[in-house]
Amino acid sequence: MTSAQNDASIVDDGTQPHERRDPSYLVGGYRLIDWLTTRDHKRIAVLYSISITFFFFLGGVAAALIRLELATPQGDLVSDDTYNKLFTAHGIIMVWLFLIPSIPAVLGNFLMPLMIGARDLAFPRLNLASWYLYMLGGAIVLWALLAGGVDTGWTFYTPFSTMFSNSHVVAALFGVLVLGFSSILTGLNFIVSVHTLRAPGLGWFRLPLFVWANYATSLILVLATPVLAMTLVLVAIERLFQVGIFDPALGGDPLLFQHLFWFYSHPAVYIMVLPAMGVASEIIPCFARRPVFGYRFMAYAILAIAVIGFLVWGHHMFVSGQSMYAGMVFSLLSFLVAIPSAIKVFNWTATLYKGSIRFSAPMLYALGFVGLFTIGGLTGLFLAALALDVHLSDTYFVVAHFHYIMVGGSVMAYLGGIHFWWPKVTGRMYSETWGKIAAIVIFAGFNLTFFPQYLLGYAGMPRRYHSYPPEFQLLHVLSSAGAVTLAVGYLLPLGYLAWSLRHGARAPANPWRATGLEWQTDSPPPEHNFATPPVVVREPYDYTPESP
Amino acid sequence: MSPHDTSLPPLEPQFGSHAQQDFARSFGMWVFLSSELLFFGPLLFGYLYLRMHHPAATGMASRHTDMLLGTVNTAVLLTSSFCMALAGHAAQENERRRAARLLALTALLGVAFLAIKGYEWHQEFGEHLFPGAGFRPDDATDPATVHGIELFFLLYFAATGLHALHLLIGVSACVWLMLVLRHAPPRGPGNEAVDVAGLYWHFVDVVWIVLYPLLYLTARSGG
Repeated sequence: MTSAQNDASIVDDGTQPHERRDPSYLVGGYRLIDWLTTRDHKRIAVLYSISITFFFFLGGVAAALIRLELATPQGDLVSDDTYNKLFTAHGIIMVWLFLIPSIPAVLGNFLMPLMIGARDLAFPRLNLASWYLYMLGGAIVLWALLAGGVDTGWTFYTPFSTMFSNSHVVAALFGVLVLGFSSILTGLNFIVSVHTLRAPGLGWFRLPLFVWANYATSLILVLATPVLAMTLVLVAIERLFQVGIFDPALGGDPLLFQHLFWFYSHPAVYIMVLPAMGVASEIIPCFARRPVFGYRFMAYAILAIAVIGFLVWGHHMFVSGQSMYAGMVFSLLSFLVAIPSAIKVFNWTATLYKGSIRFSAPMLYALGFVGLFTIGGLTGLFLAALALDVHLSDTYFVVAHFHYIMVGGSVMAYLGGIHFWWPKVTGRMYSETWGKIAAIVIFAGFNLTFFPQYLLGYAGMPRRYHSYPPEFQLLHVLSSAGAVTLAVGYLLPLGYLAWSLRHGARAPANPWRATGLEWQTDSPPPEHNFATPPVVVREPYDYTPESP
Repeated sequence: MSPHDTSLPPLEPQFGSHAQQDFARSFGMWVFLSSELLFFGPLLFGYLYLRMHHPAATGMASRHTDMLLGTVNTAVLLTSSFCMALAGHAAQENERRRAARLLALTALLGVAFLAIKGYEWHQEFGEHLFPGAGFRPDDATDPATVHGIELFFLLYFAATGLHALHLLIGVSACVWLMLVLRHAPPRGPGNEAVDVAGLYWHFVDVVWIVLYPLLYLTARSGG
């Protein structure tokens, strides 16, 4: 692959990485104990990828049962109580055990040191500790779910969660608390690494947008997660000691809980979607062969989203008794988030303009991300409008909106990233045809699942019910059929990616002719990442359009 | 060991120089402390709620705290921070023996703080001021006021308990450092470790500086 070296545009240190191959990070230390005690960020990323895939399919099973129950108007498959536990399990697993760690802990862990030209993160031991905390938190949550489940919804709203629920609330709270500390430590590690370990010549405005996105995400992880942790402790205290903090019958205030909970959980939405934006910003320029449009604006928009994201939590409480004036301010601030988000969407689109676009599998996922994120973002504006929210609050419209952001947006981007960097991580090429088929099946299945839910919500179908009036059945059946398609789409990559591990063609160092430091080293990279410490002399995304 | 001993702690492979490694560690502690600050946030937000909704009860509850012991404890903790600062200075001068002695003094003052705090808690338990089934303040009977006082004490025990837990971790760090500073690098820690521990210790001190007026002094004056 000569073009890999021709296109090796960022590093200019005179060495040719392919000629002196060091053993890859996968070689040596094959035993389980070597993996479980590793401090190599690349191996820790692999550990994370295996664990979050397990939890993704576990959360998927809960979703499948929910959609199966909703295929008929009567509650005939599961009882209402079981249904409550199913959507709670789905929410807790997907939010804390899959979405929040997904891109940062898997792709971020693998790529952040490579992209900044470092040997590892600043604190490798802490990085491994994050994974152990994640596994501990996952085990506790799993225990709570197996021991009888939790029926509060992933939001743990009080006073139901503290006074009335007879399920394993405290265990689940504790599990989420532990998971929170895991993500705080990951965030801390990323922040310090980006500040201290950038390669010579790699100034802040030469950083890949993936690094910017994970940096901003880390700020949110470090500053918002502790608030959730303490809030969950207070919920546990109220539940165990029966003292009124959040329960109005004991002199507490449920709004106090909602303020504290959403102070974390709204920024958490940006924890889930900012890294996805980072992935799209890597893939789109590469497959359009164009530098990303408005690089600095893209970086500033990431920071703006992270900062404004801290100030909009009140839009979850428009109809729960918050003062009208607070509602107006939060509504205005929520509209403001649309500005940096739109900058990103327009800039991705402008990057495509006059590009030499190749519709490879990662590109299909990235374009799917842009489209679905746009729909999810625009429907968010409906919900940020005070008057409209009165009608749409707690309906399927909300469910559809956040699934467009989190599944249509984040999961699409996560899969796009997995495909894009699969050759780098594993050293193997997957089947391009199957990759494209899966991307299309997922895109179609996703829209079939969730677009009917907008219509359901608009027609007044409330969320979290296991039975519904018969006139909603058609849309629910469409949605359930979409869920089946989506399930097939998610199982496909599991198959062909696993197949490629043994049978895929050997990947060259830079199969996509991408810029970015991670492509300048071998696939898979050696344990110490770079044969020679890289020096950066070029601007980021130094692509040139191909002549037709 | 001589002050000219230039042996340094091991340089981890991801760092290019000791200066970079020291900066990363100290910066990492700052980032961690910013997270810690937000960890205390909901308790302070809860306190804001309490003051707004139960102003009178906050005053009554505040009068149940022992202002004398609280003030003495503030002095003890501030002195400990002074010792910690001296320890950091000594470590910078590479006087590791003196740094270890000052760390011992710091830890001792931390333990004194915890002992006094424990005695206060013991008293408050005796006065039935621990929230829960046994909560019975001696100066209020109407449910709204009792709720307010109970919420105050809930926040009081949560905040001072969490603070004490942090202090306990700080004392352990001091004791550990004190024991290992006797070994020169590469077996022992570098001098910058004392500074990093100091950042944490001063943070715990600052948290107390905020809690002390909120819990002991505010709403106490006047009627």
